[in-house]
Parts: sequence; structure tokens; C-alpha cells
Amino acid sequence: MPAEQPLVLGFETSCDETGVGLVRGQTLLSDALATSMAEHERFGGVVPEIASRAHLEAMVPTVRRALADAGVPAGDVDAVAVTSGPGLTGALLVGVAAAKAYALALDVPLYGVNHLAAHVAVDELEHGRLAEPTVALLVSGGHSSLLLVPDLTRDVQPLGQTIDDAAGEAFDKVARVLGLPFPGGPPIDRAARDGDPASIPFPRGLTGPRDAVYDFSFSGLKTAVARWVEARQRAGEPVPVADVAAAFQEAVVDVLTAKAVRACRDSGVDHLVIGGGVAANSRLRALAAERCAAAGIVLRTPSPRLCTDNGAMVAALGSRLVEAGVAPSAVDLGADSSLPIDVVSQ
Amino acid sequence: MLVLALDTATPTLVVGVARWAPGGPAEVLAERAVAAANRHAELLTPAVRAALGDAGHSIGELDAVVTGLGPGPFTGLRVGVVTAAALADARGLPAVGVCSLDAIGSGARTVVTDARRKELYWASYAADGSRAAGPAVDRPGDVPRGLPLVGDAAVGAERLGARVTAGEVTTAGLLRAAAPQLADPWSAGPLEPLYLRRPDAVPPTARKAVSRP
Ligand SMILES: [Zn+2]
Repeated sequence: MPAEQPLVLGFETSCDETGVGLVRGQTLLSDALATSMAEHERFGGVVPEIASRAHLEAMVPTVRRALADAGVPAGDVDAVAVTSGPGLTGALLVGVAAAKAYALALDVPLYGVNHLAAHVAVDELEHGRLAEPTVALLVSGGHSSLLLVPDLTRDVQPLGQTIDDAAGEAFDKVARVLGLPFPGGPPIDRAARDGDPASIPFPRGLTGPRDAVYDFSFSGLKTAVARWVEARQRAGEPVPVADVAAAFQEAVVDVLTAKAVRACRDSGVDHLVIGGGVAANSRLRALAAERCAAAGIVLRTPSPRLCTDNGAMVAALGSRLVEAGVAPSAVDLGADSSLPIDVVSQ
Repeated sequence: MLVLALDTATPTLVVGVARWAPGGPAEVLAERAVAAANRHAELLTPAVRAALGDAGHSIGELDAVVTGLGPGPFTGLRVGVVTAAALADARGLPAVGVCSLDAIGSGARTVVTDARRKELYWASYAADGSRAAGPAVDRPGDVPRGLPLVGDAAVGAERLGARVTAGEVTTAGLLRAAAPQLADPWSAGPLEPLYLRRPDAVPPTARKAVSRP
């Protein structure tokens, strides 16, 4: 790799993962991660104050691990990037303050970047430069968005998003109804493998002719699943966990992939990137692959490890910004919990 | 040694650069006190840069970092602690943490600051400046009386119904509190904030049915 490619240190603390990653150009060097997920388990969701405390504790050790894994001294870093939003304010601020301090101490530029754009950028670490424009479907416990990306460094446009629960939240809530552990994505994915996705006709949210074409809704689905399960329980009948998991999962991924493919078609774009924690779901990956192939769309999905929140994705976007000559952030950069998607960097 | 001191435990963030040697009081070369409200993260690193500039030193000349560990409102407090930890790590410097209340006022006193939720953070000090009680977070009625009160004058007076002399965290105060640790800074303990409160979080009770039986 040419030495002139920038070495970028990326920080991610928007939710419960403390991620620090190093990339050179679009080459992944290291990706250190600490998570406080186990501490949130008994609360059935991420507790912001617990996450913030865990970020502070994990921050310096995670930076050290990222540098050690990459085998580079801190002094070689050319730029620092950090998720400055959207996310949990208290959690974001730990990463932003740390990144600002490293940038100051190492005397390098700082880029406050959008978490969602970073989910798109991470795919370049595995599959090379994105074709632009591309459509991106980002689905996790915190977000569910469809984006049109003409230029990842300067022009990211929102097409649609969830109007209630995020897709990952629906997985968490349905897992709870079925007595499966938190977070709900992996156990539902596993349970669904032995179930019949067509066994129960759960509703597909916002798919009527007069509904917003690219928006999502998972709240009604979640309630429908709970009602169905409760009816069985009241009747004293066993709950077919595998079938419920499979039918619920199918309802979610059917809507996600149908709308993503429709967005590609309508925009005349033949590339789709899927990212976020829910993109690790095996049925979503399979159905997306099937539908994209049928529609002549090139599908790109990062490996599951890079779909969930991590520091490398932030470094990847930071590296693109450096290369594109985008101006670094001002010295008074803060965190913006509701940073709009069209703001790629602040 | 050349020391950078900072604190974000109160609405006024403080950054100072001082020369310190064992035995004597610190010589404060520069100090920036910035009314930060909830903007500690935005304003702290610019204040560090400004204080170093005022002192005529670069970050590469520092020998140690001192930070207040609170108690204070958590979000702002963490900004200071993580900034100190990151600056120290990036430059290979030792980092020393002190109770922020130790750095307010001097002599025999009870220091009070705003803990929100109608409570106060407090600590009491003997005439020689050593901490005799606290730090703690309590309702105003449980804050010990009898010593001169120093700290957040407006909030303290309103909640305690008594005169509170205004006092802020200072660079000199941070260095004074850090002196025992600065004598051997690499053996200082880890930077753990003095939260004094558990996170607000309640495990969910049994799931409520969405449908009526
Ligand atoms: Zn995410």
C-alpha cells in the first residue's frame, strides 16, 4: 500500500459499543471493541448512563489495543475521526471528548462524522470503493433508514426511515414476548431456522398503496406478534416459538428488502449496501441477495462483524473525508444526538 | 515539573498550566475559567489550547496531567476525565485525579456544589485543609453545619438558607490536592469519577399483555 494514504484513528461510542479502529486508506488495520451489552441485559434495553460509564472506563484501554493490534505508534496517526451523532448524548460525548483530546495531543485534524454514513463507508474496507450513487439500507437497534448516496463524503440523502420502532428494537421486543434473551436479533435468527415463515400471516407495515413508499413501521407488527402469542397462551396451547420467530422475521425482512429494491429501481441506481446490526441477520442477507439478483442490483453487505457498531467504520469514513479534501471539524465540535442524515461531517 | 490541570465538575470549566515542585505551592502560569453550562465537550480542548498558549508552552513540554474527578453532573464530569486520560495517554504522561471539592476554597470549611434534584455535593475540611468528611451527595438538611460554607453561592444559599461564600475550582486548588500524588505520579490510582449515585435504571417488571383477556 502506498505510504501516502492517511492513517486514521476512528472512535465510536454512540450506543453501547466502545469501538476504536485504525485504517490506512481503505485498508483495515485494527478494530478494537469493548461492549457493555451484558450490563444492559437485565434491563431489556440499553441504559444510557450505564453505557456512558462503561465508555469512559473502556476508552483508553481500547485505544491502546487498537494501536497495538495495528502495530503502529500513536505518533503515526494522520487524522482522528469520531461519531458525533446521531446516538445517545452522554455516550457520544465520551467519544467526542476523547477524540478531541487525542487529536489535540497528536496535533492532527479531527473529523466529527455521521454514524449512519460510517455504516455505509465500512463496506469499502472489505469490498473496495463504492459505486456512487448507491442506495443504502441501514438497520439496527437504534436506526432504520433508506438513503440515497450520490457522494459518501458530501451528499447523502434520506429516502425514508422508521416512523416508530427501529427494526432491531422490534427484534428485542418480540424476543421478550417469546422468552428469548436480549439482544433479540441473534436468538430469533437461530430460532427461525427451524420454523415456517409462512405459518402465520403477520402484517407488513406501511405497504399499502397510500403509505409512504420508503418509510418503515414495526410497532404494529410487534403488537400483532404479542397478541397472537397471548391468544395461544390464554387458550392453554403451546407457543410454536420457531414458527413465530420465522414468521415475524420474514415480515420484517420482506418489507426491508422490498423497499430497498424499490428505492434502487425508482432512483435508477444498481448498487445497494446493507449495514447496521440487523444486517447480520441471515434471512435478511439471503432474501436481499435473492431479490437484488432478480432485479439486476449489485448487493454489498459487510461481514457481520463490521455490520454492528465499531470504530473501523468511523475511521473508514474519516479516511474518505481526508482523501476528498473535506474540511476538518471546528475546535468547538460537540455531540448532536439527532444529527440529520444529510450532514456527513460536522 | 510542568503540569496541565483541568476540571469539569461544575458549570465553570477550569484549565490551568502550572509549574510544580515537591514541597512548595504550585506556580500557576496560566488559567482559563470558562462558563460552560452544558458545553464542556465543545469548550474544553479549545481552553486547553488557550491556556498552553497563555503559558507559552506546548503540549509536548508537559510532565503530568491533573484532573478533577468530581463529584459533579455526570455528563460534563466525564468530558474532563476522559480528556485528561486521553491527553495523558497520547503523550505518554502520568495522570492524577483528585476530588474536585478539595480544589474549592481553603482552610476549615464545608464545600457545597449543585448536585441537581434538590441535593448538594459536599465535603468538610479541617483547618489544615485535610478532608474530614465527604465527598457525599445529600439533601440540604443532611449537609453538616458549623463550618464556613464555600462553593456554589446561589444554589447553596437557596437550598441551605445560609450564606455561602462563592468559591470555584482553581488550578492552584487542583495542584494542592494533587501534591501527594504528584510526588510519585506514576503510582497514582486510575481516573475513576466520583459519581456518588448509581445509574437510574430499573429492571423491567413482568411484561404487560397488549391484548385484553
Ligand atoms: Zn449503528
